[in-house]
Amino acid sequence: MQPNGANIVLECLEREKVECIFGYPGGVTLPLYDALYDSPIRHILVRHEQNACFAAEGYARATGKPGVCCATSGPGATNLVTGLVDAMMDSIPVVAITGQVSTKLIGTDAFQEADTFGITRSCTKHNFFVKTLADLPQAVHEAFHIATTGRPGPVLIDIPKDVLQARGEYSQVSAIHLPGYKLFAEGHAGQIRRAAQMIWEAEKPYVYAGGGIVAADASGELRALVELVDAPAVCTLMGLGALPASHPNFVSMPGMHGSYAANMGMSQADLLIALGVRFDDRVTGKLAAFAPHAKVIHVDIDPSEIGKNRAADLPVVGDVKRVLKKLVAALRESPEAVKNRNEASRTSWKAQIRRWKSEHPLEPEISTDEIKPQHLVSEIDRISDGEAIVASDVGQHQMWAAQLVRFHHPRLWINSGGLGSMGFGLPAAIGAQIARPDQLVFALCGDGGFQMSIPELATIANQSLPVKIIVMNNGHLGMVRQWQELFYNNRLSSVQLDTFPDPEKLAGAYGFTGRTVEHPCELRGALEHCVNHPGPYLLNVKVTPFENVYPMVPAGAAIHEMVLGPAVEVA
Amino acid sequence: MQLISLLLENKPGALMRVAGVLTARGYNIESLTVARTSDPALSRMSIVVDNDPAQHVQLIKQMNKLINVLQASDLTEAPAVRREMVLVRVRTAMQNRAVILHEGAAFGARVVDSSMEGFALEATGDPEKLDEFIDVMRAYGEVEITRSGLVAVPLEPRKPKLAAPVETGRNRPLPMVVCDREPRPQGAVDARL
Repeated sequence: MQPNGANIVLECLEREKVECIFGYPGGVTLPLYDALYDSPIRHILVRHEQNACFAAEGYARATGKPGVCCATSGPGATNLVTGLVDAMMDSIPVVAITGQVSTKLIGTDAFQEADTFGITRSCTKHNFFVKTLADLPQAVHEAFHIATTGRPGPVLIDIPKDVLQARGEYSQVSAIHLPGYKLFAEGHAGQIRRAAQMIWEAEKPYVYAGGGIVAADASGELRALVELVDAPAVCTLMGLGALPASHPNFVSMPGMHGSYAANMGMSQADLLIALGVRFDDRVTGKLAAFAPHAKVIHVDIDPSEIGKNRAADLPVVGDVKRVLKKLVAALRESPEAVKNRNEASRTSWKAQIRRWKSEHPLEPEISTDEIKPQHLVSEIDRISDGEAIVASDVGQHQMWAAQLVRFHHPRLWINSGGLGSMGFGLPAAIGAQIARPDQLVFALCGDGGFQMSIPELATIANQSLPVKIIVMNNGHLGMVRQWQELFYNNRLSSVQLDTFPDPEKLAGAYGFTGRTVEHPCELRGALEHCVNHPGPYLLNVKVTPFENVYPMVPAGAAIHEMVLGPAVEVA
Repeated sequence: MQLISLLLENKPGALMRVAGVLTARGYNIESLTVARTSDPALSRMSIVVDNDPAQHVQLIKQMNKLINVLQASDLTEAPAVRREMVLVRVRTAMQNRAVILHEGAAFGARVVDSSMEGFALEATGDPEKLDEFIDVMRAYGEVEITRSGLVAVPLEPRKPKLAAPVETGRNRPLPMVVCDREPRPQGAVDARL
């Protein structure tokens, strides 16, 4: 018998080396799920489509391979939207497959019909609506090509039920021709030469590395550059781990909750070497006052990022890995006299950064009476020793973890950076654990975000995933509460989360272990027990409720105008 | 105002993508015309959009990012021929008929329909000239107008740069990640600072 559309989809997925799909079945995807029954591709049944997309992102973020998710028409497809935008904002390769009502029903307000193609146009790098069986294999391969090349991103394929059912000839697609999809990989040789020149001319060079380094797998090249130039380097929230946190040149994270040294460095540098970054408002603060003394070399694969927020004195459009390889070669080939010209001023620049670091270090506050949230993340840091995957949710715990957990490799720190989607951490941890079954994976959540993803405890139990779920429980939507305290006269409006399920009973209901710790002296032991315990574990950590994340750059301020800590009350 | 000329694939959803780039930034489309080119697989679109000149370059880059767009050109300042067509129906009293024809001729307008109530006239030109034409017609009676929106052709040839075909599936190396597992530097500095 000839294959049907569903068989063809799975055949194409196999050709794209897809190992697993995160999804949730429904009426119009019945043919696909029937074909999956006989397929070597593993299907992970999640408990909500949004989490299918988040889990696919977690898989993609942990591996660099495209994550695949699947949902039915109508509500299934609309539930994917948050995950698609999340992947779009963080440039994560995700391929989403949605079922659609049969072609003859389209436009009739049929049961579970939604205009998925229209709805997801702005949520994806590109999307496809496949009207005929003949177009199907081409669309699937094009989707993978678009999702994984250039600046990665989510791509959605919407397939009507009758196309999934239709039988026909299947011939392998051997080539993709997208004449309008221009990839700028190499980087202009002249620009790279000029960049090398600018770097040696600088007295206060500063490397500003972002998620692009992770996406391009360019950590080695970044390290080579940083060591050759011996420049201080910051990694953005999306770039943490791109340079090992233990590297002597690593400063920390810049931006709204960045360290004093990282932000002062930005403000005083005379050259920013911006690599795979997009000058996000959470990094730059007040744009007009951002890095006022610096010339900018901006390397990015997406031409529209160049000059979008900050004008680049020297733009290089290209794949940051290839550009850095050539840049490092060009820097090495420069005459010794050029290399050494500014050595004295560079040495004092590095000393200045070190001084800033020691004046205002990022150090966890630790109390003997109660667990401070920073204490919790520093214990996670201690136990993971830079080697564990930490999939974080969104909020205060995310910022503290970004400040205090040290990552020695890329793709260990998994978080929703651009969109800031609460409820991301737990499903992303599921995807990461599926991708890396032998690695220690933490899902670090606040009590707010955790309660958004409780249904996925079933997936964790069901798949026997040894995810270590750590809830930093301050009984509040901490980040919103912090802003209400600081900017709304401490009028706490709808941020108290007074009810939280008993973790022991909750985890127990899903058949695994849960526990609460409240006292600092229990914390280390509890965390060690959680990590050494085989299988999933829910550790609810009650932390001090009114802690704020510092340093903090108030909205609209320049990043050197940081608030370093709570105002001291005068007695 | 920015005048953009796009060469794009003639595919369902292509217009939606272009319009989406504009609406996502809160820009109002002043005019947009689109039709097939001599190659039926391609369309030519001319867009006039009200945006800040500082955003002109960014908008062209965003258009070029669309996979269906083969070429986006900014014709705002470029040497180009810009034309628009207008159809004007003017209702007028009998005694004005001759003078309307006379005035119309001054704008190169052509009568495309004539009835007891008046005329339908067709004129092409640059938009300012057409504004004047409409104002003049309005002086003779009630008018109803339909404008085509601006179409433009650059005077210098612009050959689109197209992407070459690539191989699919197993032959295409996916960006597999090899984690950098080198040992940490000895006596590592505490980078928590």
